[in-house]
Amino acid sequence: MVLCHPIFTVPNSTQLIYRKSSWWKRNQQRLTPWIFLFPGLLLFLVYVIWPIFNSLYISLLQWDGLSPAIYVGFSNYIELLDDEYFYISLANNLKWLIFFMLAVPIGLGLAIFLNQTIFGIRLIKSLFFFPFVISQVVIGIIFAWFYNPRGVIGPFLESIGLSNYAILADENFATYGIIFAGIYPQIAYCMILYLTGLNNLNTDQIEAGRMDGAKGLSLFKNIILPQLKPATFLAIVVTVIGSLRSFDMVAIMTQGGPWGSTNVLAYYMFETALSEYGYRMGYGSAIAAVLFTIMMFYILFFIYRMYQSEKKGL
Amino acid sequence: MFPIPIQKRPLINQISYKILIPISLFIWLIPLIGIMLTSIRGLGDITAGNYWGMPSEFLLFSNIKDVFQNTPMLSYIINSFKITIPTVIGAVAVSCMTGFALASYKFKANLFIFFTFIAGNFVPFQILMIPVRDLTFQMGLYDTVTGLVLFHVAFQTGFCTLFMRNFIKALPHELFEAARIDGTSEFNIFFKIVLPLTRPAIAALSVLIFTFIWNDFFWATVLIQGQHAMPITAGLKSLNGQWVTVYHLLSAGSIMAAIPPVIMFFLMQKHFIAGLTLGASKG
Repeated sequence: MVLCHPIFTVPNSTQLIYRKSSWWKRNQQRLTPWIFLFPGLLLFLVYVIWPIFNSLYISLLQWDGLSPAIYVGFSNYIELLDDEYFYISLANNLKWLIFFMLAVPIGLGLAIFLNQTIFGIRLIKSLFFFPFVISQVVIGIIFAWFYNPRGVIGPFLESIGLSNYAILADENFATYGIIFAGIYPQIAYCMILYLTGLNNLNTDQIEAGRMDGAKGLSLFKNIILPQLKPATFLAIVVTVIGSLRSFDMVAIMTQGGPWGSTNVLAYYMFETALSEYGYRMGYGSAIAAVLFTIMMFYILFFIYRMYQSEKKGL
Repeated sequence: MFPIPIQKRPLINQISYKILIPISLFIWLIPLIGIMLTSIRGLGDITAGNYWGMPSEFLLFSNIKDVFQNTPMLSYIINSFKITIPTVIGAVAVSCMTGFALASYKFKANLFIFFTFIAGNFVPFQILMIPVRDLTFQMGLYDTVTGLVLFHVAFQTGFCTLFMRNFIKALPHELFEAARIDGTSEFNIFFKIVLPLTRPAIAALSVLIFTFIWNDFFWATVLIQGQHAMPITAGLKSLNGQWVTVYHLLSAGSIMAAIPPVIMFFLMQKHFIAGLTLGASKG
């Protein structure tokens, strides 16, 4: 593979010229990529790659961040196995994951609904996309205020006999309240991915399908959906990652409460390591390591897919 | 075209579609409309529970003035710009170089480095949190804008490299080869040929990174403590705690937090969407 590169196949006459010229001229093709990679690679190694391994190491320590750390082996992980809040967080992560997936079909539905050419449709599409542009902090504040029983949905709740019902204070349903808020911008993201996909459909195939009498659902299932596969793949990847990164919404809306019932791993880790519950760096890192392991499956899956397409491209 | 263009449908469908569109848009945006309505109300309306009716007074400007006078909102906004703009410049500059290196040279570690950048980009923040915070402490940059910017640039390099590399890879390579044969140095190939051609990618990346960083909350919480360096997301959160019932001020603040990315999105819509949907139409 390396040998096919032009530098190795230049004809003899040019090699002669190369030999005569300076060391830099001879080696610049080999060295240039590394010079260009240097700043980015250095930053990335220091701030992203090294911290991953460092965190895995810290998870084997008992450490409050100030006094000397004590090596405790796997005892943080063993403690996790008996930690009720850890299981609550893990279960909530699962709820996030499952319900977040709804963003994909809903986004697809919206995209199909909006994929028309009528006057002003561009503006309408942008307005539908709006929630994604806005900070999750703002979305969280809006929804928290929405759910306030003395606030916006109060009159509505009263009319169905639930006066003074605060979903965010109900330990059984608070998580669903947050997920509902979190899914709102995610639907917008999936919608835009599918709109792009629909825009690039192969018209000939669709027309041929229609000639053959394919209509409605069968046309959609057999011709449209397969062509939307790249969009679906991307929508699933970003939705899974979004659901596991559910920190902002939880921090804004409930801070894990009531009684830890809305905690997710991302927030629970933060809470154990950096809040009034004590600075337990080792234990926090152990939680982070679990989250990292879960995420790693998706990362590897994604990398594998990209690797396949890279191989095809070469 | 899928679905069938509405113009080819019976008239009744066309009319109902045109009625349905604004209704669904209204329902979809209810949360945002709600917050806008609240931001123009006075305290009287809020305590009376008048959220959806006509506002009894129009107080948008006085609410905004209130927010600026009685809270550090202005300094939060300035801090957000101080964090976001250098990050955009830094991340885009660094990734133009890494993207160029990975797209136009063949060497053994190429794919490995490329996939390392991609994988790092998806990592959960929590696995980085403690070491990054420690490192920032040790460099004396904890609770400073510089510390936060450095981390943001480093982390965004992952996504930006993926983006730039794929873009440069799709450029016609004969162009570089021809320049090389003409004796152009590798640096000039980058500056004179590649950079001008990547302008659309740079624009798309800039708007995306601007929005990501402007909306960042997690790292602002981890690396910033004081008001002097706090961006608007973390600032809003601290105001949220203080003003349990003063929703009209909180919503005025939220709207101000939302304005810059929204403007960015509308100005650069095409680039923004092109960046976000990279790969949605081809495998």
